[in-house]
Amino acid sequence: MNFTLTKEQEFVRQMVREFAINEVEPLAADIDVTERFPRETVDKMARYHMLGIPIATKYGGAGGDNLSYAIAVEELSKKCATTGVILSAHTSLCAGPIDMFGTEEQKMKYLVPLAKGEKLGAFGLTEPNAGTDASEQQTTAILEGDNYILNGSKIFITNGGEADTYVVAAMTDKSKGTRGISCFIIEKDFEGFSIGKHEDKLGIRASSTTELVFTNCMVPKENLLGKEGKGFGIAMKTLDGGRIGIAAQALGIAEGALEESTKYMKERKQFGKPLSAFQGLQWMVAELDVKVECAKLLVYKAAFNKDNGLSYSVEAARAKLFASETAMEVTTKAVQIFGGYGYTKEYPIERMMRDAKITEIYEGTSQVQKMVIAANLLK
Amino acid sequence: MNIVVCLKQVPDTNEVKIDQKTGTLIREGVPSIINPDDKNALEEALRLKDSNGAHVTIVSMGPPQAQIALREALAMGADEAILVSDRAFAGSDTLATSNTLAATIRQLDYDVIFAGRQAIDGDTAQVGPEIAELLGLPQITYVEKVEVINSGLKVRKAWEDGYEDIEVKTPVLLTAIKELNEPRYMNIKNIFGMYQEKEIKTWNADDIEADKTVLGLNGSPTKVKKSMTKEPKGQGELIQLPPKEAAQFVISKLKENHFI
Amino acid sequence: MSIADYKGVWVFAEQRDGELQKIALELLGEGRRIADKLGVELTALLLGDKTDNMVKELVAFGADKVIVADHPLLGHFTTDGYAKVICELANERKPEVIFIGASYLGRDLGPRVSARLSTGLVADCTSLDVDEENNNLLMTRPAFGGNLMATIVCGDHRPQMATVRPGVFEKLTRDANRSCPIEKVTLNLTDDDIRTNTLEVVKVAQVLADIADANIIVSGGRGVGAKENFAILETLATSLGGVVGGSRAAVENGWVDKSLQVGQTGKTVRPNVYIACGISGAIQHLAGMQESDFIIAINKDPSAPIMKVANLAIAGDYSKVIPEMIAQIEAIKENNLI
Repeated sequence: MNFTLTKEQEFVRQMVREFAINEVEPLAADIDVTERFPRETVDKMARYHMLGIPIATKYGGAGGDNLSYAIAVEELSKKCATTGVILSAHTSLCAGPIDMFGTEEQKMKYLVPLAKGEKLGAFGLTEPNAGTDASEQQTTAILEGDNYILNGSKIFITNGGEADTYVVAAMTDKSKGTRGISCFIIEKDFEGFSIGKHEDKLGIRASSTTELVFTNCMVPKENLLGKEGKGFGIAMKTLDGGRIGIAAQALGIAEGALEESTKYMKERKQFGKPLSAFQGLQWMVAELDVKVECAKLLVYKAAFNKDNGLSYSVEAARAKLFASETAMEVTTKAVQIFGGYGYTKEYPIERMMRDAKITEIYEGTSQVQKMVIAANLLK
Repeated sequence: MNIVVCLKQVPDTNEVKIDQKTGTLIREGVPSIINPDDKNALEEALRLKDSNGAHVTIVSMGPPQAQIALREALAMGADEAILVSDRAFAGSDTLATSNTLAATIRQLDYDVIFAGRQAIDGDTAQVGPEIAELLGLPQITYVEKVEVINSGLKVRKAWEDGYEDIEVKTPVLLTAIKELNEPRYMNIKNIFGMYQEKEIKTWNADDIEADKTVLGLNGSPTKVKKSMTKEPKGQGELIQLPPKEAAQFVISKLKENHFI
Repeated sequence: MSIADYKGVWVFAEQRDGELQKIALELLGEGRRIADKLGVELTALLLGDKTDNMVKELVAFGADKVIVADHPLLGHFTTDGYAKVICELANERKPEVIFIGASYLGRDLGPRVSARLSTGLVADCTSLDVDEENNNLLMTRPAFGGNLMATIVCGDHRPQMATVRPGVFEKLTRDANRSCPIEKVTLNLTDDDIRTNTLEVVKVAQVLADIADANIIVSGGRGVGAKENFAILETLATSLGGVVGGSRAAVENGWVDKSLQVGQTGKTVRPNVYIACGISGAIQHLAGMQESDFIIAINKDPSAPIMKVANLAIAGDYSKVIPEMIAQIEAIKENNLI
């Protein structure tokens, strides 16, 4: 077993780490308060080919691998979880399915601009009545001549309103249940497509989370992604990849919080000693360190499997489940270490705690991850 | 246009710490980086590549582990890299280093040679001008702006109290300061492409056809007689004096440390 | 040609637009000491255009001899012009030591000359001495980013060259009654010798974009008390060539601009000198400045946390200490005026 990163992966880490410190960190506190989407960061990431890391160069990508992409999300999330999820949703949930299931024409038309960062992507599956029960799709897509007409709405869509390209699931045949769901590639300017409510959230507040509204939205039939009726499978496969991204985000949040904590412990003095001299706190961070390391190994293994053509659905579920719970635990304990100061916006730690919570929920709640793991275990 | 960029891998001296007990430098674990001024030089070369299609070659003298710095330069966008490395270069002072680099550059085609003003480990700012002299080129140091014009280059040279705009024909050697530009990061696409597409050439003392007597320790007019660490920053002194005497004490300390 | 044939200490007398630079006189001051130790003559080498007034000063400040290269093409510095003149003279006259000021000019010129003369140059020396055994110059300078000091020798090559930063050495007292031989050399310098063409020279007042770039910061906290009281900190900052900063308390009270805030929620700075006035030293502030090279804290309370972090902790009232500092600095500057 080779536990070392390749030279390329090390360089990706170095580049994204520098980028995160210089370009991302200075904005993080402010965009959280103002809920401002950091468009300038997206443009910078595009310039450095960060928006198509695992996509082949033939399709405008950087020609890298999934582990490098996970490392990029991890490093960004150490400083700003919002920036991490912008990259993750774009790459895994939009570029991903088009790469896996798109025709050559669709890839040339949509994947290339996404991979080059000329366009931003998003994914729409969740509906008001279809969260964990994703099969309860109520958005319909009826074929009429050369177009599918979509009606319905999606909620809680990351990058909603900021994205140009959306991969959206809709019901093409209600009678077939999950086998009646299909996926479509939507452009933001399609007639009948609009952005609805912007959510005001607990964390990742600068991430644009919106409703998508389809009112007789005309979608050319060439924009059907994969075959009719195969949409649910496409969505599930897409989420498997997305979970690696979110797990990497959670890992980054946990690492960022732990780093801030150890730094603070060396500076802050009470009873004439730095906090780092107190065994109770030493043991606390030691335990957190081990959990962070476990999360890292699970995340990297899932990415490794995907890169090497091995199945990764269960690995991704394990990684997402464990990393998100670790992020929550580490950030909560980190606020405790910072004491009163940790509860204020003087330090970034309270934001990290608020940001961590969503990783236990989106792209499949922890409960869903357990369903996946149990199903595999007990088959 | 052919541009040669001189680049040095250096320890990040900002991260160096002094061992409080022994008073010696802690060198392990200090990350190696591309010398900051050299990065500005490289960035300017890459800008000329972006705007004028220049071909950018990196030249570096260093031990084999300096390859990683050259890889970073290639990932930023340089076209080729040459590492000139040989045990014969050990003990080189700035003149011997300049002779080695000049001999290397003589093997190449160039219109502009870009170097950083100074390295953060040696802090001499000598190698750039010495290479220019050895190659018989005009030099402009402290460069904070470069423009390509019909007759060559228009270069802004920084002075302590302002600047000077200078016209010069190529070939020419320029040394870059941090005010010249904001260096780019590595490009992720280059990171994945470069190991296949761009090879780092390693040359030794024979490849550069230099007169061996001007290289290495034997080619170095200056030698270090001894080195010592500065006094570690300790607890500090607490002064309780009337204002005038206190002020005198502060000023004398500032002068002693060459801050004023 | 042996080492013993090289005799004499030369000081390159830097001038800019007809004004002799302070560093030239400081080098004569130290050059005198070295020349005396070696038992040789101290020569000032002046390149410029219409140099008579400057020559007088070089005599008054300690030169045993002045060599003047006066030519219209030397009025404004060019590497090609200056290097040619100096190297031709050095090859002809064979000085054993040449000192050059480590200004932007000296750091451009020094290595060009040393490379042409195939000799050694040691840059930014902070102290100089003579090795009693062999009369070699001992040149000590900071290295490794200032973390180490190294003493360097140029044993087998001549001239031994060193550059020295302004302010390191002291000039001698001016003696208007001194006299010494002055030699004006004839030069063969033409336009063709100079390969750069100066289009324009512009003087610009230095505007600091970011406090994090400042070398000296005079910072005030809650103890400063009021906005007007920051004026004295401004004056000190200006006289030291630095800028003013403030703690979070000072910013929130509206006494300094937010862009000047130092600390956890402000900027992190690492200047050469950080002078903290009326700042207690809460860790949020320390986080922003504790990596400064030299920290001076002025606080009425000797047990304030900042006093433990400072290199120099002054227990006192900044409003009394700072004016004294300003007065003393101005006095020093007056003494240094040529």
